[in-house]
Order: sequence, then C-alpha cells, then structure tokens
Amino acid sequence: MEMSRPLPVATPTTEPFWDGVRNHKILLQQCNDCTKWVFYPRTNCPHCLSNQLTWREVPGDATIYSFTIARRPTAPHFADEIPQLIAVVELAQGVRMNTNIVNAEPADLQVGLALKPIFKTIKDATLLCFEPVK
Amino acid sequence: MGLRGEAAIVGVAQYENERRYAGEKNFFTEQFAELTRLALNDAGLHKDDIDGLCCTAIRETNMFAPATLAEYLGIHVNFAEIVDLGGATPVGMIWRAAAAIELGICQAVICATPARPVPSNPNPPAIDHSRVFGSTSNNWGSPQAEFDVPYGNVAQNAGYAMIANRYASLYGYDERALAKIAAQQRTNALANPLAVFRNAPITIDDVLASKMIADPLHVLEIVMPCAGGSAVLLANKALAAKSRNRPVYVTGFGEHLTTKSTTYQPDMVQSPVGPAADSAFTMAGKKPADIQMVQPYDCYTVTVMLTLEDAGFCSKGDGANFIQDHNLTYQGDFPCNTGGGQLGAGQAGLAGGMTQVIEGAIQVMGRAEERQVKHHDNALVTGTGGIMSEQSAIILEGA
Repeated sequence: MEMSRPLPVATPTTEPFWDGVRNHKILLQQCNDCTKWVFYPRTNCPHCLSNQLTWREVPGDATIYSFTIARRPTAPHFADEIPQLIAVVELAQGVRMNTNIVNAEPADLQVGLALKPIFKTIKDATLLCFEPVK
Repeated sequence: MGLRGEAAIVGVAQYENERRYAGEKNFFTEQFAELTRLALNDAGLHKDDIDGLCCTAIRETNMFAPATLAEYLGIHVNFAEIVDLGGATPVGMIWRAAAAIELGICQAVICATPARPVPSNPNPPAIDHSRVFGSTSNNWGSPQAEFDVPYGNVAQNAGYAMIANRYASLYGYDERALAKIAAQQRTNALANPLAVFRNAPITIDDVLASKMIADPLHVLEIVMPCAGGSAVLLANKALAAKSRNRPVYVTGFGEHLTTKSTTYQPDMVQSPVGPAADSAFTMAGKKPADIQMVQPYDCYTVTVMLTLEDAGFCSKGDGANFIQDHNLTYQGDFPCNTGGGQLGAGQAGLAGGMTQVIEGAIQVMGRAEERQVKHHDNALVTGTGGIMSEQSAIILEGA
C-alpha cells in the first residue's frame, strides 16, 4: 500500500501526547519557568528554552484560526477524503495546531467558529480532530 | 550596517521555461556548468575570474554539494555556500554573494539554480518515503511528519489558502483584485519569450472561473511547475567595469525566518517580508516610494498582495485597493513582475525565485526589450520560502 494514509508515529518526546489522544484526553505541555503553554511537544520551551515542561490535561475548547477546503487532494494519499476540511485551530491555552474539522459541511467553516475535540481512530492511530459546538 | 553597494550583478543566464521538457537531460552538475558558461558569456568575463559559488542542494549527492560543483566546473573558490531557503533561496544567494565580495574574500561569485529533469536512472532506487510530500518532510521525528502530514496540511496550497482565509476574516477579500495580479502578470508574460504562458492571455474572469483548488485559491492563482534553470554572476567593482552590461549593484538586503509551517506563525497575515524589506530599504537608504519596479515572489496571488503590504507599499488590509488602483504591467504606474513572474513564466523548481532576480537585473540593465520599464534605475526583489515564513529581500540599483 504505497498510497496508504499517513498517520503520526510518536517519538519519545511526543508519546505522552499521542497516548493521551488514544485515551481521548488532550495533554499539553506547560513551561514550569515561564508558565506558557507549548505545542507541538518539545524538550525545550519555544518561549524561554527551559527544559522544565509539565504535561497537563486540558479540555480542548478551541476556535478556528483559519481553514481551507481542499477540493483537490493535497496529496494522492487523501484522495478518499475530498473535500478535505483542513484547519488551524487555537486552543483556549493559546496554542495552535493543525487538524481536520468533522461533522461539518464546508459552508459551516468560518474563522472564529467554536469547536470541541473529537477523536478519530484510523487503523492503529488516533487523530485529534474537532467538530463545531452545536 | 550592511552593504556599501560595491557588488554587482554583471551577467545572467536563463533556460527557457518549459512545461514538457523534451530536450537532452543533464545532471545538476552539468546544468550548473552550462549555466555558468552562459552567465560568463553574458557578462563578458572569464571562468578564472570566479572565486566563489552559491548553490542549492543537487540531485547527485546529499552532501558536499559546493565542493562537488567546484570540482566539476574546475573552479577553486574562497566562498562556497549551499542555501536552503526554499523559494527565498535565490535572493538569499545574491546577498550572500554580494556580502562575500564586499568582505573582499571573492571577486566574482556564481549563483546557479539548475531545474531541468535529470537523466533517468537505469537502476532506480526505491521510493524515498521521506520526500513523498514535497516540501513537507515525512521523516520520522520531523514535526511536520507528525503534526502537519496526518491532517493533510502538506505542500503549499493548504497553507497559503489558510493565509488567504485568515486575511479575509480580518480585512475582507476582494477576489477580483487578487485575480487582477494573475491577469496583469500574464500580460507581462506575453512579452517574455522565455515564459511558459507567453502565448496565453487571461482575464480576471478567466481566473475566477478557473478550478477551485483549495478555497479561496483558483488554479490560475497558483504557479505552474515547469523545467528551466538559471544563473546569476556577481562581481566586484573592478570586474564590473570590464563587464559588457550595465552593472546592477546590490545596495540592500534583508532576511527573516519564523517557522516552517504557517500554523505557528505569530500572526498568519503578517509575513516576515516586513522585517526583510525594512532591512533592505534601510541599508539602501530608500523607501518604498523610491522604488521604480517590484519583482515580488509570487507562488500565489495572495503572496504578492501580502508582500506589497508588508514591504510598505500600502498599509495592512489595503492591498486589494492598492492593486485595484494601479496598473501592474510593464507599461503601468506600478510595474510588478514585469516578466510575468512565476505565475506567468512558470516555476522551475528553485530557479523559480531566480526569475524575479533576473527580471530585476535585466530591467535595470535596460535589456528587457519589448517589456522594458521606462524608469529602470532600481528594483525591489523578494523571495518567499516555507509557507510565507522565510523571506529574503534585495534592492538592485543601476550604476
């Protein structure tokens, strides 16, 4: 399966995040020194380079920072998912992440739309996706 | 701070941009050598004048690209730089070469970006899965592989589309103004014999009627990949005086990088063009109103609009009005990508960004023939890499 859908493969540093997602929890790192939140997971805080980061569970309330509707697959691997609802979302903690919006029509998407997390399992992996708050 | 304006572009070389290249295939080493020969001929200088080189990654080796090229060309250099800034690479090469010349370590530096197909390997290696998503790394351990790719945010279209949608939510979105960039640059391409689209005029309505790829970007707002390749030769004042062309001095530059993925930009609609262009203007002692033509990197129409705003030609949010108020053709009051840019001429790999450098140089030299801009003593050239997240800018001035 050359064109199999790409899925995340955790690293030693990012494993707690993906383990959390698998258990339908969202774990973010917070810096012990500057108290800022960090995403994606790192060994060092991108705000102050501290190496003292603590994993904390967060509820996952988010809004759309921006989005696009890919009418043509962004890569052949996503041909079955057209149209792709690709978004950057901002969590209440201020961090941004890439995601897919589910349980929504393309016309529903707009910047600022309130979202809640939804966990989508594909094969052995679970992705953190978001859906509109009804 | 910065350059004194003592290093000049003295010669250029450009392969024709071709969507379906049917000619002889050569390795990047071979293309680099031929492009160097052409640029030296253009300048009227000799191989032994060259004592520096700037290159991109080359197909033939993952390491030691500069030494491989120096050996292949038979040039012994005091400065050997591989530049890895995506679309900002060519502009990044030019200022590095100018800086090396002004430091006195080089007298002439060749910067080349081969981008024609290479020969087919009789023993093809297995597919390299780390590169299946183009500019988005799928190497294990790469943040992109883990946090961009699984959500389909790969390559460039989705990122630029999100920049455009974010912009729309903050400032509104005049799609006709964006389409006008593509249409008027196409008018410029009609006067460029090397452009892919030299025989294909388009209107604003054509752009808006073209296929939607990733909302709000239509296919005619996105560059067309093609084969090509180019080289630029820079030299010090003494050699520039011997060149047959009007020397085009690099009087200012700037460079600024923030992220790889646009997701983590501090503000998705404030591009690093701002700091890069500010630095270039300050170094050259110029302001936007002094600039006679712009050659902004144009992978997408929205890239051009943001570049014009962030470089200070108009205020943030006023880009569409600015575009509607000006004629962007080579005959217009705001000449912009006068050879068609990459939207009109095609994007030949990393030579794409050299399109803007060479167009600026030949305009300032006064060699642009049918599309020659009337006032041609200076130009602003920008390069954009990543997802509008790595930027370089230079100001070129005629002697």
